[in-house]
Amino acid sequence: MTTIVKGARVLGGDPADLLLEDGRIAAVGERLSATGATVVDADGLVALPGLVDLHTHLREPGREDAETVETGSRAAALGGYTAVHAMANTDPVADTAGVVEQVWRLGQQAGLVDVVPVGAVTVGLRGERLAELGAMADSAARVRVFSDDGHCVADPALMRRALEYVKALDGVVAQHAEEPRLTVGAQMNEGDRSARLGLTGWPAAAEEAVIARDVLLAQHVGARLHVCHVSTAGSVEILRWAKSRGVQVTAEVTPHHLLLTEACAESYDPVFKVNPPLRTDEDVHALRAGLADGTIDAVATDHAPHAVEDKESEWASARPGMLGLEQALSVVLQTLVEPGLLDWAGVADRMSVRPAAIGRLDGHGRPIAPGEPANLLLLDPAARVTVDPAALASRSRNTPYAGRELPGRVVATFLRGEATVLDGKAVE
Amino acid sequence: MKRHLLEAADLDRADATLVLDTAAQIDQALAGREVKKLPTLRGRTVVNLFYEDSTRTRISFELAAKRLSADVINFSAKGSSVSKGESLKDTALTLEAMGSDAIVVRHSASGAPHRLANWVRGSVVNAGDGTHEHPTQALLDAYTIRRRLGRLDGVRVAVVGDVLHSRVARSNVWLLTTLGAEVTLVAPPTLLPVGVGSWPVTVSYDLDAVLPKADVVMMLRVQLERMNASFFPSAREYSRRYGLDAVRMAALGDDAIVMHPGPMNRGMEIAADVADSVRSTIVEQVGNGVSVRMAVLYLLLGGNA
Amino acid sequence: MAGSPVPVPESTVLLGPADVARVVDRMAHQLIEKAGDSLADLVLVGIPTRGAPLARRLAARVEAFSGARVDTGTVDITLYRDDLRLRGVRALEDTVLPPAGVDGRLVVLVDDVLFSGRSVRAALDALRDLGRPRAVQLAVLVDRGHRELPIRADYVGKNLPTSRAQKVRVHLAETDGTDEVLVTEGAG
Repeated sequence: MTTIVKGARVLGGDPADLLLEDGRIAAVGERLSATGATVVDADGLVALPGLVDLHTHLREPGREDAETVETGSRAAALGGYTAVHAMANTDPVADTAGVVEQVWRLGQQAGLVDVVPVGAVTVGLRGERLAELGAMADSAARVRVFSDDGHCVADPALMRRALEYVKALDGVVAQHAEEPRLTVGAQMNEGDRSARLGLTGWPAAAEEAVIARDVLLAQHVGARLHVCHVSTAGSVEILRWAKSRGVQVTAEVTPHHLLLTEACAESYDPVFKVNPPLRTDEDVHALRAGLADGTIDAVATDHAPHAVEDKESEWASARPGMLGLEQALSVVLQTLVEPGLLDWAGVADRMSVRPAAIGRLDGHGRPIAPGEPANLLLLDPAARVTVDPAALASRSRNTPYAGRELPGRVVATFLRGEATVLDGKAVE
Repeated sequence: MKRHLLEAADLDRADATLVLDTAAQIDQALAGREVKKLPTLRGRTVVNLFYEDSTRTRISFELAAKRLSADVINFSAKGSSVSKGESLKDTALTLEAMGSDAIVVRHSASGAPHRLANWVRGSVVNAGDGTHEHPTQALLDAYTIRRRLGRLDGVRVAVVGDVLHSRVARSNVWLLTTLGAEVTLVAPPTLLPVGVGSWPVTVSYDLDAVLPKADVVMMLRVQLERMNASFFPSAREYSRRYGLDAVRMAALGDDAIVMHPGPMNRGMEIAADVADSVRSTIVEQVGNGVSVRMAVLYLLLGGNA
Repeated sequence: MAGSPVPVPESTVLLGPADVARVVDRMAHQLIEKAGDSLADLVLVGIPTRGAPLARRLAARVEAFSGARVDTGTVDITLYRDDLRLRGVRALEDTVLPPAGVDGRLVVLVDDVLFSGRSVRAALDALRDLGRPRAVQLAVLVDRGHRELPIRADYVGKNLPTSRAQKVRVHLAETDGTDEVLVTEGAG
């Protein structure tokens, strides 16, 4: 299939035509034409490399009522993604080659994004002994990112071994940094608001202490460490310090931690319950600054679909997590691009290039240039869209942005030259 | 008044005073009467929806509703559809479909009454939610102080004990300061919330330093299981540093009163002779609780709202 | 706002301060005459808001004319009303009985205006819960007609034929700064 994208501004630059052929970008130039090509008018649209998410919960197998690989893939494509890392906390847990291959195959069948399984670090996410990391790495799914996400690998000795072991696999341990003894029953950020609302506090120190420990361990054993969903100003400081010392650490921040604060908890509406919790204004600004200066490498959605009954309840009994795939780019636009903290190349770097590098994905996060894989998206930066939960492609409705007007609209997404999204709609 | 009573933090001075004045007038109207019953809420239905055992609060609300001639349904989580896993929302909608005009809810989850208020058309009264608030307890405490001391403005109130886990303390902090009282929280630092610095109160770790300047000492219940979580080393040490015994009580001013929301741990946070002394308002608080809850129910259900 | 001004209903003063004083005096005389030997048993119980000061005034005039001391009280009827749901919640008012109570005594309920009779019914219900008077009578400053219940006043200061649409308001110095009775035409 051949497609010509007319007049797209690559990374916000001057308008150019893109010729997509045989899964690759065949040419970039002016007034391109090809016989029989589908023409996509991209006048006023910005072309970015297809986004790569390091942190997606697709819920399959186990909770297909909340999301499936297919519905999650569609949501991802609509958000401009061409690859997503599917977290391991499924049922059964993705802690064997069999389960990661199952998820990988479901992704292939859906064919909307590259679904890259994350393998569990420990058997059953129980934090007791290592899962068969090598088998997962060698499987068809080619797992490179390992994480017990949802749970912290709290045992320091076990964490050390995991960091060491994945070196042989060119892998990385993605740590959910949460000292469990400091967060027993925790419901929201610990501070003035938790004190008043009577919700058990989740102290920033519980995240920062684990990150501090892990960067020291990573340095000691010379391994790669990735920190999931960094949420506090203190964590950014520790990462900055570690990077200045040459530690091989990377980190991600979620869209919701870039936009929302703990003030959302005032409503007691569990749609705003998430782990790590929404933090303070000060944290939000430190996270934006950290992402802008590269201390934080990537935006990762932590897209966490939940069935209605798991959210329409009392705060304490609701499951943590919120949707993110379909609005992530818009949130980055609002919180970083519009205030001038990040340009289009910066967006491409933090949402595609670096996440692809962290996950060791060869075909993603590449420049939009001749010969490269045709994984890209077209964004209308001038559009403003009011988020309607009912209109989401995800099977779940737990978006924290309901009713909020956000900038930007993904008009088209191409996976290896095939449109997965056109005119802002998923291609059937 | 708003349609619901969810938290004391929500009450402004005028609303809070209206509740206390209404309670006083109800007391006046019922004073010395043999038949303590008013026809005011005939035909209204009040549901006591209790997800936690609290016989005293439930009985107090029940009595308040019955004295106003409302129909009362007690819906306890135990032995009901709730224990079979029915959600709070489904339970609320079921109760409303049965015609409830007000739901009085006690729940172990902070914010549960706020959620309920989003789902039902009738009024919601918070009868204690998690470690958040217990507004009618604070209202009856304020009412008791006003009756005893004649005022609330400028009254110095020491709230002593497990502030961290206490919904009574939170409600009293907001209500009493709204009504002009000066509140001092006294507790070991482990039993104070991290964010307490933003509250409009003074904080002290030293009970003996606070007592001589207090007009009211409000003792909070301390649960022994906190000891196992290392909030304090032992019951004996807690009692010695933060318990109110006769020796400490002697340091109080002549007119100072001693309060406790109950149920008490005699010998732990409060000595038996203190609880039974003339300064103690503990029994009075129980009686005032009925009047204040009548006032709340009247103000929420007594009009066309 | 543009457009024609909202018409303000005209109020007519029917009784001025001197008229109100004369009417109260006449009622006091009637009370003394009719109560006879029961004067010692008499309790004047006002229905708030304006019935309360009216009861105290009547008691003072009875005392002035007869030399007999007369007990007074007030009984708030809000919690006994049958029309609570028709409007927003009402603030409660005082209920105060004389120390000797009302049991076995002659209670005269005092109100400013007698209209539908519903307030008096509520007051009778409240009184029943407060004690068991020997007899209950009713004194009103103005009877404007339009009864909805089989209730009549024993002492009437002034009968005032009105239409339903009209509003009758009594002002008293204690509550409103001046004594007067006003009639206002129904607005539209």
